[in-house]
Amino acid sequence: MTGPQSSRSIIGVRNLRTQFSDFVVHTGLDLDVIEGEIMGVVGGSGTGKSVLMRAIIGLKTPSEGNVRVFDIDFYAANERDKLSIERRWGVLFQGGALFSSLTVAQNVMAPIREHLGIDGGLAEDMAALKISMVGLPPEAGSKYPAELSGGMKKRAGLARALALDPEIVFLDEPTAGLDPIGAAAFDQLIVNLKESLGLTVFMVTHDLDTLHTACDRVAVLAEKRVIACGPLDEVRATDHAWIQEYFSGPRGRAALAAKAS
Amino acid sequence: MTNPAATFDIDVQEGVLQLFPKGDWRAKALNRIDDRLRDFADDSVGRDLVIDLSGVERLDTTGAMMLQRTLNACGSRTEVSRYVGGTSAQYALLTQISDHLAPCFVEPVRANAALLMLERLGRGTIDALKAAQSLYSFIGHTLIATARVIVNPRRIRWTSTFHHMEEAGLDAVPIIALMTFLIGAVVAFMGAKILKLFNAEIFTVELVGISVLRELGVLLTAILIAGRSGSAFTAQIGSMNIREEIDALRVLGLDPMEVLVLPRVFALVLMVPILAFMAAMIGLAGGLIVAWLTMDIPPALFLARGNEAIHINNFWAGMIKAPFFAFVIAVIGCYQGMQVEGSAESLGQRTTLSVVQALFLVIVIDAFFAMFYLEIDF
Repeated sequence: MTGPQSSRSIIGVRNLRTQFSDFVVHTGLDLDVIEGEIMGVVGGSGTGKSVLMRAIIGLKTPSEGNVRVFDIDFYAANERDKLSIERRWGVLFQGGALFSSLTVAQNVMAPIREHLGIDGGLAEDMAALKISMVGLPPEAGSKYPAELSGGMKKRAGLARALALDPEIVFLDEPTAGLDPIGAAAFDQLIVNLKESLGLTVFMVTHDLDTLHTACDRVAVLAEKRVIACGPLDEVRATDHAWIQEYFSGPRGRAALAAKAS
Repeated sequence: MTNPAATFDIDVQEGVLQLFPKGDWRAKALNRIDDRLRDFADDSVGRDLVIDLSGVERLDTTGAMMLQRTLNACGSRTEVSRYVGGTSAQYALLTQISDHLAPCFVEPVRANAALLMLERLGRGTIDALKAAQSLYSFIGHTLIATARVIVNPRRIRWTSTFHHMEEAGLDAVPIIALMTFLIGAVVAFMGAKILKLFNAEIFTVELVGISVLRELGVLLTAILIAGRSGSAFTAQIGSMNIREEIDALRVLGLDPMEVLVLPRVFALVLMVPILAFMAAMIGLAGGLIVAWLTMDIPPALFLARGNEAIHINNFWAGMIKAPFFAFVIAVIGCYQGMQVEGSAESLGQRTTLSVVQALFLVIVIDAFFAMFYLEIDF
């Protein structure tokens, strides 16, 4: 289980360089995510937040540098090690990325079937548990993704990401497109899951409220690298134009006030 | 990570059932004991149960769910039924799980098999009729939109039309040329072999000429275009449909018919006759070369013989069909694209349907033309 909060780096990104042909997204980027924390990654549009996430989860091969997950160099690892890492993380994509030809419950059961070889009653119970834990009603299980609202798709995507009881969960803008009540509930859900399951969460977000309520540490992407990383208060004190504008703009102040009250 | 496999022991102390789960209670290892634990829970419904967690080395949500499920099965006397010996993290996990044990629906709701058969039959019939109706209505809309832009030619989207003319027409030249050349050559070979028996090799010219000009050139072009461009139209428009791009066009006051469908229809109706003409010529060239190489019919003789023996009507009979084929392929490609509904599966089905229907209708129309030509002696 969770155990005492160690400060072991569970994701270590070193000297990362990613590019699309000539367009360099990151260069010399370093980032550590510590076991058991919720790391929020923020940055302006186009600073490569999602690309960073894709580089860590193996979808965008970096042109330089390395990515260590669970102390294994992911891009140098053999297929078996890669698979064992992939079983230990769950990913929620921006639009949910549910398989459109399967029902929600079948979506959640897919990794359980494939990776654990569990079928039948136990797999259904596990799917029901995950679906209920992310706050979906039981009847949502038999629906197809096309029949769900945006918020329900996100929840269903999270249920699938949690199917294998991962140690790390990657969330790409989990609260984008949710109403404020739904977004707050989603933040709370992630904090609860982190507490009870001992998750490490890597979250790309724009949502200042999420940063305040959920994140233990925040990393700011700008100028193709991480310009600040630490607890929110430390980051907010950093003397950088973008950071100041981000946290001291009207929305930043509103989120801070909401937190204080 | 060498945790002992998950097991459990059962004991009774002072009339209270005791369950001792042991080892690694994580999903991977639990499938084996799931049935046994269910049996145990079924047997002990209504009895008091104490679950001693002290032997559990690892616990995840699945393990917690199975323990909580077992505890819930054993009656509601919570003052006796409880957990002992766990860590605070384990209790936290069990508490979190306990609210989420309701089973959920997995499959879409289904009726029984016989009813399902009947329902599918009825639905299939009605759907087929509806599909035919909506296809006709789509063709009608296309024609009306065509009339509208012909009256007001500034509304024709030339950029898009030329783009599709290049993609569906020009880019298809190599494959169509290769195919028709080979077919022309194959027909000439067949002719050479059989006609030789009658010492009538020279009739190879008529065989190749008439079959390629009348049927094969245009038909092969239509088949390749249906496979190449009809499917592409469906996929393009279909994926736009999935991502609500077509709705976006509508609310911007743009008619998807004019923006998406007409450029594709115009492009094919303009390009397929040109491609069919090219196909016919290259098919003849294939026949000519085979005749030259295997039967010593020199090209000059082949051409002279062809000019004399093959009436020009054969050429027109083929070319007249080209725009009809083009129209059908383009309209069906676009229509099926518009019918795509939100899933990847639907896109696949519609793309398949688009090619199958286009090919079917091309052959049907070809047959009608053949009968028509026969009647009017063309």
